Amino acid sequence: MRKDYSSWSLFTKGLRHNEGWNPAWRSAEPKPSYDVVIVGAGGHGLATAYYLAKDHGVRNIAVLEKGYLGGGNTARNTTIVRSNYLWDEAALLYEHALKLWEGLTEDLNFNVMFSQRGVFNLGHTLQDMRDIERRVNANNLDGIDAMVLDAAEVKRRIPILNTSKSARYPVLGASFQPRGGVARHDAVAWGFARAASKYGVDIIENCEVTGMDIANGRIAGLETTRGTIRSERVGCVASGHSSVLAKMAGIRMPIESHPLQAFVSESMKPVLDTVVMSNAVHGYASQSDKGELVIGAGIDHYTSYTQRGSPHIIEHTAAAILELFPMFSRARMNRQWGGIVDTTPDACPIISKTKVKGLYFNCGWGTGGFKATPGSGNVFAHTIARDDPHPLNRAFDLARFSTGHLIDEHGAAGVAH
Amino acid sequence: MFVLFCPHCGEKREEEEFGYGGEAFIPRPATPEALDDEAWGDYLFMRKNPKGWHWEMWSHNTGCRKFFVVKRNTATNAIAGSWTLAEGRKAYDAEGGST
Ligand SMILES: Cc1cc2nc3c(=O)[nH]c(=O)nc-3n(C[C@H](O)[C@H](O)[C@H](O)COP(=O)(O)OP(=O)(O)OC[C@H]3O[C@@H](n4cnc5c(N)ncnc54)[C@H](O)[C@@H]3O)c2cc1C
Ligand SMILES: [Zn+2]
Repeated sequence: MRKDYSSWSLFTKGLRHNEGWNPAWRSAEPKPSYDVVIVGAGGHGLATAYYLAKDHGVRNIAVLEKGYLGGGNTARNTTIVRSNYLWDEAALLYEHALKLWEGLTEDLNFNVMFSQRGVFNLGHTLQDMRDIERRVNANNLDGIDAMVLDAAEVKRRIPILNTSKSARYPVLGASFQPRGGVARHDAVAWGFARAASKYGVDIIENCEVTGMDIANGRIAGLETTRGTIRSERVGCVASGHSSVLAKMAGIRMPIESHPLQAFVSESMKPVLDTVVMSNAVHGYASQSDKGELVIGAGIDHYTSYTQRGSPHIIEHTAAAILELFPMFSRARMNRQWGGIVDTTPDACPIISKTKVKGLYFNCGWGTGGFKATPGSGNVFAHTIARDDPHPLNRAFDLARFSTGHLIDEHGAAGVAH
Repeated sequence: MFVLFCPHCGEKREEEEFGYGGEAFIPRPATPEALDDEAWGDYLFMRKNPKGWHWEMWSHNTGCRKFFVVKRNTATNAIAGSWTLAEGRKAYDAEGGST
């Protein structure tokens, strides 16, 4: 059993030049069989394993990862966390996650650097403002903090924002969610890994699932690059690769995998103490604790698994950001990368049982699943442990694509995230 | 950045001239009213989304504005070729309509 981190341990290890820290989690060899296997060691998969162990008493769990832990979208996203979605189903699911975020550092004993610096969604047209008012009202009815701000108030709170009336898309106002913010993405994966490992969860990296053993409509095990692993319950949490895994089980998914790019600038003095997003201009930005601008925009339109996108998307993103923040025109970008996001027709996730007994999927989070990480793992663990969805993910069943009960969140998902 | 060949214009042009049209050759059911909800949902929403060779449509938005078919590898972005819809259909069928 690993010791908890504390101020005292930081202090004493500091005196010894930070030598003597133990690895945060155990690197495990695959066993022949498990009670539950989770495919994908991103934030969502690790959170699922953690809540399965902590809340549902499942002990014999493995998390299989084809690459390294947290090397997928968990490490590639721009870390925006908020819950101001339009429809009850989505808003309540993301709010469930936001409540868990608020206690996550204590719960995991790992500093996930959750910073509730607020999130602005700008409105640039009268229709934008009507949509914002509708969404804010819907949020308030669901008990979610949200307010409408006019342009003068937005300018007061974000002095560097271009609110000039002569802007091509003038800022008319914004919705503001004070409890929204950002978190340290790597720390989320590491924190869940460490906490799950404490409960005895086997985290197995460099282990790609290549096939599924299905007999009489039930899952019996997985073929992997590190041998066969038996399990009668398997949860797939593979983001951009979900269609590839579903195909192994003969299941078709309403998912298309697209590259989504992000950019980080050189470090600068603090200029932006909140998160600003704009659907109409189509870009968003925040500033990391290290002082870097963290910038993103829309997906590349074609499907791809290449984890890189096309350069003209960079140009469009830069144009959008400069429209909002002209003073960033001299900022140099240090890094740029892409992740593969699993988009669905209604911009909402799929957290579902499947026609194969014992096989579950948690995917379709597309451009905006980081904010849901603890909530997603929490309700998916329930779904697997009870073989029955949690009330909060019942509406996110695969069946909605034949019943027609889509949850259209394209407005709130807007600019990616 | 892709450089795509438009079989209608007979020219290679940069990606920005084109719009992505998604998976190619999804036939609209001849008698929609005869389908159950699952089959209709499958037609509307389910996609192959393969990691590998993909037959897909592109439209030449700022050129001739016509659709055509491209066979592209989604794992590498390698492009095997472009065809008009009719010619592409033949090539696709000759492969057995796979992937
Ligand atoms: C550029 C970018 C910006 C984003 N910004 C935001 C944001 O600001 N806010 C927000 O809420 N969301 C954002 N997102 C979305 C968010 O990152 C994802 O929705 C979320 O990280 C998905 O979580 P995950 O744990 O399922 O995915 P991942 O971390 O991708 O984990 C899936 C894992 O499955 C593994 N895997 C796949 N196939 C197999 C296999 N066959 N066998 C074994 N393992 C396999 C992968 O290697 C991967 O590690 C952004 C995404 C990108 C790309
Ligand atoms: Zn043309």
